[in-house]
Amino acid sequence: MTTYLLRRLAGHAVLVVLAASLAYLLAAAALDPRSNYADRNPRPPEAVVDAELTRLNLNDETPLPRRYAVWAQGVLRGDFGRTWQGEPVNDELWRRLSVSLRLLAAGAVLGGVLGVLLGVYAASRDGRVPERIITFGSFLLLAVPVFVLAVLLQLGAREINQLTGLRLFEWVGEASPGAGEGTFGPLGGFGDRVRHLLLPTATVALAQFALYFRYQRAMVLDVLDADFVRTARAKGLRHRDALLRHGLRVALIPMTTYFAYTFGLLLLGAMFTEKIFGWHGLGEWLVDSITRGDVNVVAAVNCCAAAAVLLAGLLSEIAYALLDPRVRRRPV
Amino acid sequence: MSGRHVSEHGVSEHGVTGHGVGDHGVSADPLDLPSPRALAVRRLLHNRKAMTGLVLLGLLFLFAFAGPLVSPWGHDEVDFTAFREPPSAEHWFGTTGSGRDVFALTVRGMQKSLFIGLCVAVLSTGLAAVVGAVAGYAGGWIDRALMWGVDLLLVLPWFLVVAVLSPAVGGRWPLLIPLLAAFMWMVTARMVRGMTLSLRHREYVLAARFLGVGAPRIIARHILPNLASLLIVDASLGVSVAIIAESTLSYFGYGVRPPDTSLGTLIADGSGTALAYPWLFGSAASLLVLIVVAVNLLGDGLRDVLDPTPSRHGSRPRPRLRVRRRYGGPA
Repeated sequence: MTTYLLRRLAGHAVLVVLAASLAYLLAAAALDPRSNYADRNPRPPEAVVDAELTRLNLNDETPLPRRYAVWAQGVLRGDFGRTWQGEPVNDELWRRLSVSLRLLAAGAVLGGVLGVLLGVYAASRDGRVPERIITFGSFLLLAVPVFVLAVLLQLGAREINQLTGLRLFEWVGEASPGAGEGTFGPLGGFGDRVRHLLLPTATVALAQFALYFRYQRAMVLDVLDADFVRTARAKGLRHRDALLRHGLRVALIPMTTYFAYTFGLLLLGAMFTEKIFGWHGLGEWLVDSITRGDVNVVAAVNCCAAAAVLLAGLLSEIAYALLDPRVRRRPV
Repeated sequence: MSGRHVSEHGVSEHGVTGHGVGDHGVSADPLDLPSPRALAVRRLLHNRKAMTGLVLLGLLFLFAFAGPLVSPWGHDEVDFTAFREPPSAEHWFGTTGSGRDVFALTVRGMQKSLFIGLCVAVLSTGLAAVVGAVAGYAGGWIDRALMWGVDLLLVLPWFLVVAVLSPAVGGRWPLLIPLLAAFMWMVTARMVRGMTLSLRHREYVLAARFLGVGAPRIIARHILPNLASLLIVDASLGVSVAIIAESTLSYFGYGVRPPDTSLGTLIADGSGTALAYPWLFGSAASLLVLIVVAVNLLGDGLRDVLDPTPSRHGSRPRPRLRVRRRYGGPA
């Protein structure tokens, strides 16, 4: 099994390296960091701008292959270069990565687990009132883009805040300035962070939930008709046991592949969510950097995204191998 | 009557799975049964989901393309007497902060969303069909190279690529169509390839090959028609994916740009002041959601009607081990 996983990992890694390189080349060719200097007052002389851009490896006069070589060497040493203002990308990258991961991890786990559980529940209660309500809700949710969902949640939260007279929900930034220094000390700061976390997490989780719910429900419905579930019932297992012990394992296998495919989407959704809620994470950085033509930042964020997709692919391979004995025993 | 009902279903399932959806063989049938295509249409007409979606979509199209004809205001006209006015008899959906008529803007945005969505879906499904069928039929290094390209595009984040290219696109929004389509076809291409792998060994394909029919003709005449149901469903669901993708890009300022307008830019304009001036955000957002709901309903319904294998969706009533109450569908 280890050999199998390693081989798959190697295949994924080659793809990620290629995708990262392609994204860099595309960004370097299409974006224009030089225009940042044009708006400065007094406008710096052309030679100074050129020297500055060359120092940052952002000069569009340098041939693209040479810029790419400099960038790739840096990345191999673990250095993503500098922003157009001359600060190292790495410092900012780690801080923002942790912000994004906090949002992504909570939302994705919550949404994914809820989606799978309710999917199984809905399939086993096909046609009853609660199932129909959840299925209808997920159908509606699926039609609501992330940015509309985020605004709707903000509106709802404002209503609740007004009704209760409390600040239960916050929707701007990761924490209020000065929180943690009030009467409750660090505990108040923690509560404040949680209040800021609620809405963005709900946004990510709901979007994730809708996708997984629909897929899982369909999968379980298929499995329920399978012969091996009927056999399990025939040998005397209760409906629930037949479903959970025999059906669920098979129904989860396609979900692992689905997870790998949708992880990129999830990442993107989380990026949009943080941009909307004013979190200073990777997504906000990406959107702002594209506007500023900050090639190195765009390439770095893309590397993170590609690495995350690689990780998701690997996780799904492991899950696949754990769930499907044929993969484990396959001669490699 | 009930006997006929059952036989219809049997025949239509067979007909759609079988070779050459409706073109061959059936006309010579001495029993004079309706063609599989006619049966598919009949089942579509009886599918509540699909019909709801179709009617809703038709109304939305009518709204988007007949709306400008009845609206007293153009999308580029400014009413200097009405800034941020709520909906009224004069301005049906209210006005924006700069005095533009929200109804006219929304209708224009809808036209763009519908147009882009349809074009992207058709383009990406076509691409998926060709690449998947060629890879599956040719096999060997062509197959490996194409699937490798598919994997590469799957890893590349579409938003980043389209956003990075957006300054080059500028105001020429039709360029968004090929850009979006380029990132939507990969998963379908894999499915098409998988199904082609099993189709290429069928007798009629082998027969055609031994008669000397070339590969392109076999793909076009024998492989793709058998994947028609998959492709139709994929295209219809692709419309909603494309509409959401386009509006997301526009929301973040990388898609359709001002002064032109799309539902995404309207929602972006309105979302900051959604509580104080709900008509700006509300009209664009609710119409966007309505479009996607209608398209998804139609797509799901089409899948129920066309997909011969019941194992890819959950909405058709199926035999169960326990007798339960059921809703909808043929009894």
